[in-house]
Amino acid sequence: MPGSPFEYAPAPESTGIVSLQEEYGLFVDGAFGPGGGEAFATINPATEEVLAHVAAASAADVDRAVAAARRAQEQVWGPMPGRERAKYLFRIARLLQERAREFAVLETLDNGKPIKESRDVDVPTVAAHFFYYAGWADKLEHAGYGTTPLGVAGQVIPWNFPLLMLAWKVAPALACGNTVVLKPAETTPLTALLFAEVCQQAELPPGVVNILTGAGQVGAALVAHPGVDKVAFTGSTEVGRQIARAVAGTDKRVTLELGGKAANIVFDDAPIDQAVEGVVNGIFFNQGHVCCAGSRLLLQESFAEEFLHRLQRRMATLRVGDPLDKNTDVGAINSAAQLARITELAESGEAEGASRWSTPCELPERGFWFAPTLFTGVTASHRIAREEIFGPVLSVQTFRTPAEAVEKANNTRYGLSAGIWTEKGSRILDLAGKLRAGVVWANTFNQFDPTSPFGGYQESGYGREGGRHGLAAYLRGGA
Amino acid sequence: MPTPRSDLVLTTTPDVAEATASDASLRRFLHGLPGVDRVGADARAAALGTRSIKAGAKAHALDLAIRMVDLTTLEGQDTPGKVRALAAKAQRPDPLDPTCPAVAAVCVYPDLVATAKQALGSSGVKVASVATAFPSGRASREVRLLDTRDAVAAGADEIDMVIDRGAFLAGRYLQVFDDVVATKQACGAAHLKVILETGELQTYDNVRRASWLAMLAGADVIKTSTGKVQPAATLPVTLIMLEAVRDWREATGRTVGVKPAGGIRTAKDALKYLVTVQEVAGPDWLDPDLFRFGASTLLNDLLRQRQKLTTGRYAGADDVTLD
Amino acid sequence: MRLDVRKTYKLYVGGAFPRSESGHTYAVTDAEGTFVANAALASRKDARDAVTAARAAFGGWSTRTAYNRGQVVYRIAEVLEARRAQFVAAVVAAEGLDDAAAQAVVDASVDRLVWYAGWADKLAQVLGNANPVAGPFLNVSTPEPTGVVAVLAPQASSLLGLVSTLAPVIVSGNTAVVVSSYARPVPAVELAEVLATSDVPGGVVNILTGDTTTLGPWLAAHRDVDAVDLAGCAGLEGGADLARDLEAAAAENLARVRRAPAAEPDWTADPGLAAMTAFLETKTVWHPRGV
Repeated sequence: MPGSPFEYAPAPESTGIVSLQEEYGLFVDGAFGPGGGEAFATINPATEEVLAHVAAASAADVDRAVAAARRAQEQVWGPMPGRERAKYLFRIARLLQERAREFAVLETLDNGKPIKESRDVDVPTVAAHFFYYAGWADKLEHAGYGTTPLGVAGQVIPWNFPLLMLAWKVAPALACGNTVVLKPAETTPLTALLFAEVCQQAELPPGVVNILTGAGQVGAALVAHPGVDKVAFTGSTEVGRQIARAVAGTDKRVTLELGGKAANIVFDDAPIDQAVEGVVNGIFFNQGHVCCAGSRLLLQESFAEEFLHRLQRRMATLRVGDPLDKNTDVGAINSAAQLARITELAESGEAEGASRWSTPCELPERGFWFAPTLFTGVTASHRIAREEIFGPVLSVQTFRTPAEAVEKANNTRYGLSAGIWTEKGSRILDLAGKLRAGVVWANTFNQFDPTSPFGGYQESGYGREGGRHGLAAYLRGGA
Repeated sequence: MPTPRSDLVLTTTPDVAEATASDASLRRFLHGLPGVDRVGADARAAALGTRSIKAGAKAHALDLAIRMVDLTTLEGQDTPGKVRALAAKAQRPDPLDPTCPAVAAVCVYPDLVATAKQALGSSGVKVASVATAFPSGRASREVRLLDTRDAVAAGADEIDMVIDRGAFLAGRYLQVFDDVVATKQACGAAHLKVILETGELQTYDNVRRASWLAMLAGADVIKTSTGKVQPAATLPVTLIMLEAVRDWREATGRTVGVKPAGGIRTAKDALKYLVTVQEVAGPDWLDPDLFRFGASTLLNDLLRQRQKLTTGRYAGADDVTLD
Repeated sequence: MRLDVRKTYKLYVGGAFPRSESGHTYAVTDAEGTFVANAALASRKDARDAVTAARAAFGGWSTRTAYNRGQVVYRIAEVLEARRAQFVAAVVAAEGLDDAAAQAVVDASVDRLVWYAGWADKLAQVLGNANPVAGPFLNVSTPEPTGVVAVLAPQASSLLGLVSTLAPVIVSGNTAVVVSSYARPVPAVELAEVLATSDVPGGVVNILTGDTTTLGPWLAAHRDVDAVDLAGCAGLEGGADLARDLEAAAAENLARVRRAPAAEPDWTADPGLAAMTAFLETKTVWHPRGV
């Protein structure tokens, strides 16, 4: 705490464990190679320094990767007994655990998220996800969706949880006997490429996992490729719409995990200190770059002031800065473009009449930063109450009755998640039923688990990832 | 920090006279406090426990932690010799390093208060005594008050009382309140630490209620445990008590201290507590007057870590004194 | 000989039987080409009104107990059975089947409704889960209805196809806007009368007679339609293109799409769960466990 004699000294995680290459190739058919597109740089958003240059895939590379995946699916991976597929996935899970710190540091370097999150949340959950789906590979006949895989999955993932989203896509696909061509986000390709190395160490048959790096057009080409049987996408609702249009009239199966504008509803009988934590975690976890972030705080009017007072006091203790520092709570915004979007929306909030308060933290000079910010006096018509900001910005509204809380919470085109805070059990169950959202957290928030299905209602997308339900997206009988 | 809100009407602002008018009103007040969700509280404590304290911050924290230790011996086999040895250790924990600060207090049974007092002299190290039929508290109020007066008369600067957990769990809150009020009176100028014995209260809701009950009755410090019951001090329980003193000050303007006791054995653990003090109650509580560790073996680990920082080498078992 | 009293065939919206707001009708003939009736030609505004009615009914219908919804769907079967002769005649006229074949269709339709009725209070058990998360939480996933579903009913199978697409939508708590077979709308209109007398709340099922090609795009693009069943595109001229366009239109609000088969399927086959799961969401609720 600035001014305290007990201000924590810098506690940087060592980057020595990561050996960055100057250049990275595409991973196709079990080998790294050059791409046909123009290579691009990936930077550390906390310093704006170039980390590496990464190959970009061309249309021909997409063809090549899909063909490799098709071959591997038909000749090796599809016919392989489930128990053998399972062992490969278990191997991958173990390798991920063994190299966990390396993955965590690399993720933080490329993404900007605090090391404590990549170390304690992202990477352990990734390994757990592979463990979970490994176990399904030889038990599919008990899951209720048949045992027939779809074929080749084209998967496009975002930059907010690069490795975790890879795990959510790759693990169930492989468990069910599909092969994959995955495109990581342009700004965060490095952990996916390190994962390719893990696939090599696991001696995964060539072509089962293919990684194509590049910008949006690579993803578009992959989604549109006639050799792809299944499209899985996590990202913005706008791109989700484009994908839904692109696959119209085809036989491709699609799952979409898109944006959100979740309400976190706090009643005056909430466990108040845990509610404050839940609200903070709900919006400032991962700099608010979370599709299920609790970006709309709905406070019961009768105690809104007291709650806001406590919330601001807690927000003031958030440590913003060097993502590699083990004590950092809020890291860097992932890119200049995202920072511009957050800044623009925050400015619209002020222009439309809401009051802005940001924590009094010092931001580093280089890199992309946005102080944790709270807007009060927000009305339902303000842009900051309707649009996904995907940053550390919380919009606060009040309500008087449970019915009004539900009405406000559901008054959005999205429907990914929602939070309820109250000590009254029957109220929780009533609201949990009425909230139109795929995940409802009661007296907690932003919990994730491989066994727990995740996905949205309405314009937050369709399909579920995680749990038994997550198998449906990768099996013929899951339609 | 945002500016304190003097205009804010907190839901927990107590009217002491009204709250303690009857068992029923006291029950209404204590049960009107916000609930505590165990899982969330545990998660918050665990997160605070991941803070990494390095370099200057660590050096500062180790010295602070030493200054916060209530060096304790509460055994049936305690003798004047043992207490004198402890008193010597309290004043000069590291005989080889004069820059090492003294601990806050020595904590003994009432019959050894005089010995401790004499051994500590004008060193500034306080004498704390457990009283009120420690550790069970199972004696008549008269006996418990006599116990207290006895310790105070022998020179105790601080009294560590136990609450009647049976009364608390039976919902006889007013009885517990009156006990604390009477003990406070019996303390005179001595500071009163109220031991909640959180391991017997079991739920975090009870910890919060007992904390407020003790503060309503005039406690100077609220303390987790006797050290005789497992679990003794835990980080989440201390977190909840730190929230209580923070909220109490906001509601009443009065500052109450916190003392986790029992089970804190390593410097690493102590640093987690200091992080929690700083981030939950605030830096004001990073003060031996407002935060203490009730411990016996903790001190030696703090000393070993301090030596490691000074010398750059890991300390051995014989580099600290066994008293 | 007595002159029979003909029935005016109208739409079924919000529990009422309005004419099309457009005032338009179209001539319906039987399988032989003989004039049967003038059916209401639903307009885009009728479709809009039907969506409004379906949305209004969703809250009440979706929160009824599963047991109650099952009873209501079973009641539809009962009333349909009671009007067996009427429906046999309607199917004979619409589909050109002989009497025995039409009887089989009606019987299968009744049985299909009974089958789906029984699913109401079993879906959550078969499709739901308690999830053993690695932490101190209760975590449960349950199916919930998607919302307002636009059903483009099959063109050929005017009763069994209709029932087989409608029942799975409503039994789980969705509400429906149905566009009937264009050429064979009479069984659908007759079914509306069954629905109106079967304890189905007004607005839960809305039936529009009219042109799938005209109404489909308005419904698929409607921002308050949560899902679309494109079954009725199969077998239409240009049906594949229509299905593609409707799927693309539905992308506007990410409405769920149940794609049209290449050709109209054999509706007597075991339907499986797919017709229900296509219009269900999975909701997962977390709560801490602690004393």
